Amino acid sequence: MKKYFETLDIDWYKQRLTGAIFCAMVAFVILFLRLFHLQLVAGENYRRLSENNCIRLQYTDPPRGLIYDRHGVLLVENRPSFDLSIILNDAKPVDETIRKLTELIRTTPDEIYGRVSQIKGAASYNQLILKQDIGRESLAAIEARKYDLPGIAIGVKSRRYYVNENSAAHLIGYLGEINSEELKSGDYKGFRRGDSIGKFGIEKACEGPLRGERGGSQVEVDATGRMIRALKKVDEKPGANIYLTIDRRIQMRAEELLEGKAGAVVAVSPRTGEVIAMASSPSFNPNAFVSGIAHKEWQALISNPQRPMENKAIQGEYPPGSVYKIVTAIAGLEEGVIDENSSFFCPGFYSFGNRVFRCWEKRGHGTMDVVSAIEASCDVFFYQTGQKLGVDRLAWYAKACGLGSPTGVALDHEAPGLIPTANWKLMRTGVPWQAGETLSVAIGQGYDLVTPIQMACLTAAVANGGKRFRPSIVKKVETVDGRLVEATVPEIVGLIPATPRTLALVKKGLWRVVNGERGTARRVRIEDIDISGKTGTAQVCSRKVEKMKREGDVETHFKSHAWFVAFAPSDNPEIALCVLIEHGEHGSTTAGPIARELIKTYFEGGTSENVIKAQGDRSLDEG
Amino acid sequence: MMFDRRLVACFNWGLLGLAFVLGCVGCIAIYSAVTSGSNGVQHPLYLKQLIWYGAGLAAMVVSFCFNYKKLDRWAVFIYIFGILLLIGVLFMGKFVSGSRRWLSLGPVSFQPSELIKLAVILILARYYSKHANLKGLTLRQLLVPMTVTLIPFFLIVRQPDLGTAILLVLIAASMTVFVKIERRSLFYLMITGVVTIPMVWFYLKGYQKQRILTFLSPDRDPLGAGYHIIQSKIAIGSGMLYGKGFLKGTQNALNFLPEQHTDFIFSVLAEEWGFFGAAIVLIVFLMLILWCLNIALGCRDPFGTILSVGIAAMIFWQVFINIGMVMGLVPVVGVPLPFVSYGGSSIITMMICIGLLLNVSMRRFMFE
Repeated sequence: MKKYFETLDIDWYKQRLTGAIFCAMVAFVILFLRLFHLQLVAGENYRRLSENNCIRLQYTDPPRGLIYDRHGVLLVENRPSFDLSIILNDAKPVDETIRKLTELIRTTPDEIYGRVSQIKGAASYNQLILKQDIGRESLAAIEARKYDLPGIAIGVKSRRYYVNENSAAHLIGYLGEINSEELKSGDYKGFRRGDSIGKFGIEKACEGPLRGERGGSQVEVDATGRMIRALKKVDEKPGANIYLTIDRRIQMRAEELLEGKAGAVVAVSPRTGEVIAMASSPSFNPNAFVSGIAHKEWQALISNPQRPMENKAIQGEYPPGSVYKIVTAIAGLEEGVIDENSSFFCPGFYSFGNRVFRCWEKRGHGTMDVVSAIEASCDVFFYQTGQKLGVDRLAWYAKACGLGSPTGVALDHEAPGLIPTANWKLMRTGVPWQAGETLSVAIGQGYDLVTPIQMACLTAAVANGGKRFRPSIVKKVETVDGRLVEATVPEIVGLIPATPRTLALVKKGLWRVVNGERGTARRVRIEDIDISGKTGTAQVCSRKVEKMKREGDVETHFKSHAWFVAFAPSDNPEIALCVLIEHGEHGSTTAGPIARELIKTYFEGGTSENVIKAQGDRSLDEG
Repeated sequence: MMFDRRLVACFNWGLLGLAFVLGCVGCIAIYSAVTSGSNGVQHPLYLKQLIWYGAGLAAMVVSFCFNYKKLDRWAVFIYIFGILLLIGVLFMGKFVSGSRRWLSLGPVSFQPSELIKLAVILILARYYSKHANLKGLTLRQLLVPMTVTLIPFFLIVRQPDLGTAILLVLIAASMTVFVKIERRSLFYLMITGVVTIPMVWFYLKGYQKQRILTFLSPDRDPLGAGYHIIQSKIAIGSGMLYGKGFLKGTQNALNFLPEQHTDFIFSVLAEEWGFFGAAIVLIVFLMLILWCLNIALGCRDPFGTILSVGIAAMIFWQVFINIGMVMGLVPVVGVPLPFVSYGGSSIITMMICIGLLLNVSMRRFMFE
């Protein structure tokens, strides 16, 4: 049976193989025919096209999206700039052409040859940029003599222009040329060397929508490189426009108020989490980066001890000082270690273990309950509350209030801050937690670190009854023809772990800070606007400073940081903010007035949210 | 065992000769491709290619020193080993321009996807040699081959390497059609295809449809693949009858052909040697394929026959797709031209294939 099977198979296989041979031959005939067609029938035409490489690609870059504030006020735009370029292979005779060029525009032959020598032979068909951003006179001069200058081309390019210069620089960011790491990383597919990309701020965060899509066409050119016709075209897609949540008026006022100081202001809406202003001082001018920043300027920026390139609103980590007492109060009330009637006596100090912890009021506050302790910012009250809570419970509440981790705002480099726990300290330093350190932490000193945006969001959450929003900076994204691409929806990321009663008590204290007899921020009070808030003075490094204070001579960079958080109006608040002044010493004297002025500006002209909204819609129609 | 007189007498020198000719063609073409125009910038790439040929020769010799029928028994292990390598490359492969296809072994790296082609051929040859019959394969009998092909298919698509994945399916399909599919089963398969393709199309998102359409018609991508193809056609067409001469290809010199030493090597060849040169190369390839089929014809044992057909299919499809693509007949996929394109893994795999063919041919009168 097997043998029969095998012999049968052999003939059968022969049959199949004949079929296979036939198929292979048919396929090759097709290939031959095609080859014949390409080389012999259409060969001459292809030969012509191959000479001088007549078919080339020309790319068109779409205009980058513009950036507006929430009311449609323009913040960032593009303006035309003209680049002079040369295609070596077409610009024959090269020396002649360059000589004529130097007669027309302000440049030396050496400059041009210098640029030319950077390129090797293989790129003689590529456009090589000789000079960027030539003025209109040079443009006119060259265009007039175009036929005398083969191989020379002027490309119009869009250049980024930041209308208000230093204003909102950290938030908006700047552009820069893509570097080799970014190209290799695979995050930037389709980008080429020489492309400008957002490097910082919104320019980076919204790079995708802002950029649009490159287009181009296959063009046929003649022997001198001039275009004869376009063969096929891919339309470009212009970048989308971004509307930020900030209000330029408020933003600029905040920057005005920060003038000459190092610090940050963050204002958010307690109703939606939108960032109304985010200012960091000192600032920089993003226009300086547009054409590539000069080395000297860059050096000056990064060696400035006040760190202008840092967005202090989200990157600056500082000890919170007394503004942290909000957290301690919430924790104490919720854990039941204190209630609205608990009282402690403050003689100006508190002995714990073998140390004496001082209250800022040396004379003492007398009997304090939680509301008056917030009002007068009594350290002793909170030492004791903190002591009863212990560091871990306190840390739990702090983290639940959004501290110790980034708020999730859509910007790079947000710092998480630090909320210490006993475990953390043991892992970090190998030394176990000392109970006395809890007391420092309870009043916002010691290891605690927070950022201004974290404090602003915390204040907003307390103000609105406990809802913690993700701070948003983009209000909406629209195409150039006004079609909505995306609108940001307020997002709740958590709730403050406090009952309405607890929050009401805390808010009462915060109200008294500004309006009460013993309030530490009475000078922040405005007549027709009801403000609540909390001052904070965060020590930079205690022991050294103590010594200096005693000697009556504290250098600036050891002075305490000044904090002030506030919301207004106290009932149904519309704005919550946080002001931080580095080394401003006292929250009430330095940070408080800034908050007051900013709140005034916000409500100026009787503007409430509804009116602002109506104004905003109108200006968009007009814009 | 190895030096049996019959083996030496039956040695197929013609096949070896054809492979050698193609190898020379490859070296010369690559030398030109990497030597940029008048600058004479020479890469050591063509030297590397020579080294690969050398290594390939060694692999080839190893491939005919044992009785190929042993592969029947080893096929499953080789296949599993291949699959493991494919999985390995997905996790530990080197990233090169966005895809992970290579595994590095010290100073050299190789592509497991090249080897898996051979492994699939072996395992299908084994399966079909047992199940092929007059009426043709039933649907149930097709399940195993389909699974065996689809597993590496998906792994290769993940790399991503669409060209090799499609190639794998074509090779498997060719082998399957060769051993005949039962008419009824074929009918069912075609009905399934006709029904599912519109359904799948319907479910695809807009941008995915665009990508497939652009893939099928490079003209829709005038800035990318469409541009490459038109430059390739210009290169080939401009060769005309006699070509521009060795090292005188202008398209090549101006670096307008991407991947000149790999995917578009035929364009370089056609530009420099014209219709004469290109047609001769095509004829040599055709002869190679016919030679393989001839070996299949002379083989008495089903496994050897199907194995030879599988190898012939692999060479055929690679030649057809690569040359068809550079001439604008076939969508743009990266498939190396056997013996000619630069690439160590491709050379070694091809040489092993030649070795196996020599193996089958040498032992056609031995019936153990």
